[in-house]
Amino acid sequence: MASSFLSIERLTQRYPDGKGGEFTVFENASFGIEKGEFVCILGHSGCGKSTIMNILAGLSDPTSGVIKMDGQAISGPSLDRGVVFQNYSLLPWLTTLKNVTFGVAARFPQWTKQQVTDHSIAFLEKVGLTGDAIYRKPSQLSGGMRQRVSIARAFANEPKLLLLDEPFGALDALTRGTIQDELIKVWSGTDQTVFMITHDIDEAILLADRILLMTNGPNARVAESVEITLPRPRTRTTIVEHPNYYAIRNHLVQFLGERSVLLAGESVGDETHRPETVRIDKTEGAADAEPLLRAVPK
Amino acid sequence: METLSENKKAALLSVLLLLVGLFVWEMSIPAQKTVEALTEYERLTGTGQPKAGVPPPSQVIAKAWEQLSNPFYDAGPNDKGIGIQIGYSIYRVLVGYLLAALIAIPLGFLIGMSRVAHKALNPFIQVLRPISPLAWMPLALFVIQDSEASAIFVIFICSIWPMLINTAFGVAGVREDWVNVARTHELGPLKTAFTVILPAAAPTIVTGMRISIGIAWLVIVAAEMLVGGTGIGYYVWNEWNNLDLTSVIFSILMIGVVGMLLDAALGLLQRRVAYVE
Repeated sequence: MASSFLSIERLTQRYPDGKGGEFTVFENASFGIEKGEFVCILGHSGCGKSTIMNILAGLSDPTSGVIKMDGQAISGPSLDRGVVFQNYSLLPWLTTLKNVTFGVAARFPQWTKQQVTDHSIAFLEKVGLTGDAIYRKPSQLSGGMRQRVSIARAFANEPKLLLLDEPFGALDALTRGTIQDELIKVWSGTDQTVFMITHDIDEAILLADRILLMTNGPNARVAESVEITLPRPRTRTTIVEHPNYYAIRNHLVQFLGERSVLLAGESVGDETHRPETVRIDKTEGAADAEPLLRAVPK
Repeated sequence: METLSENKKAALLSVLLLLVGLFVWEMSIPAQKTVEALTEYERLTGTGQPKAGVPPPSQVIAKAWEQLSNPFYDAGPNDKGIGIQIGYSIYRVLVGYLLAALIAIPLGFLIGMSRVAHKALNPFIQVLRPISPLAWMPLALFVIQDSEASAIFVIFICSIWPMLINTAFGVAGVREDWVNVARTHELGPLKTAFTVILPAAAPTIVTGMRISIGIAWLVIVAAEMLVGGTGIGYYVWNEWNNLDLTSVIFSILMIGVVGMLLDAALGLLQRRVAYVE
């Protein structure tokens, strides 16, 4: 396999099941993420998405398997991998600005205070936080604003890999929409690699270059890698007009509705799971011989 | 009345209660006959001698005025101003208390961070904590052989527990997310302790400190009654021996006021470190 920027190799997570045996969350999962790619992972609760995220963040260790970033095996948490947590995880005793400078100062210890502040303010502006709001404490901000701060903190650190753990899970639908737009705004124009967990199919289609689909657990696996063949820049209102949109959406709904259960695997021993690449593109004419299913590059 | 704010109403009611209380107190004290009013028979037999009784508030207020207008006079070992006596007490409390904080807070951090340390130290804490601080006094006097230092030791031993337990509790309860934020930002253990865990646990720690200073102030009075010499506790006991109940009541009030001020100081600190999640 041509080595990706981030490659997850034969990742396995098992927990003791409390009865002396073992419970396998996922087994021998392998996939890769390219530099600058925005990848979403979709799957039902309990399939191990968050576990994968924690392992990528370095907050927990897998039972076995390796994760390589830029060819280097990762171990432990690092500033190279920024995390946006679902519950924002802002430090409530610091102001909004301090919450961001806290991260920036850790990332760029050689910078002066002024540089750190300017850089932080610039990123807060990108997510639409300006003026007085940046001197308020998180408790004085709405949920949406807090998550914006959290996103600004993560982007301001310019990590090599940005991990988003259901960042919009706790927000109402309208707020979610605006922050998704802001996320796209912050992300486009950078070559930031993003790996995001979500439950929301539309969100995944709007944001991602590629969606990884996970089967149900136990013994979950990353079954498919669906390319999102929608041109950028995307907006919520224009993508639904695109011929590919519903084709992709239907495919995802089918997967989550039925095939995620059917494919829910038994233990497969030593076999390496690599997701099957799915490319759905209705715009390519008949002349184009691009197959619907592509072989997975090894 | 409706236009008054809640605070003003409460203040008005407080003053009213105070006045009524003082009035009832004043009225309930039977008047003593003055020497001139005694009959000759009474003077000869002594049956009309003024009896030692609870003084009326007017006398206490007069005493307070007299004492507070010259709080720092020093006329020998048994006659010092109230300011000097309270000063000694506060000094002992602060020294014992700060020594306790110096040990309790770092140790509490250790116990809060490490389950092994918690399990290892917990039995000792559980046995030592319920001991009345004054029970240490004889041992302290024997080992330290200095009454002053023994009083400070008693303060130390009584104020250490709430701070230790609250610090450990606060540190252990710091939200995993915040620790994860520190971890993903590659903060070292010391930086994590000071920039994340300390501010996160500070409200709980300061609550412990507030409980401790309250207990320390309670205990110093009793300790000074035992060791004697100086301090507000000694003053109360000394005035009791003099049967000067006016001074006794006055010093009781002073103990209350100083205790309130110490608590208020910690309350101020508590508000500074508080945060809303």
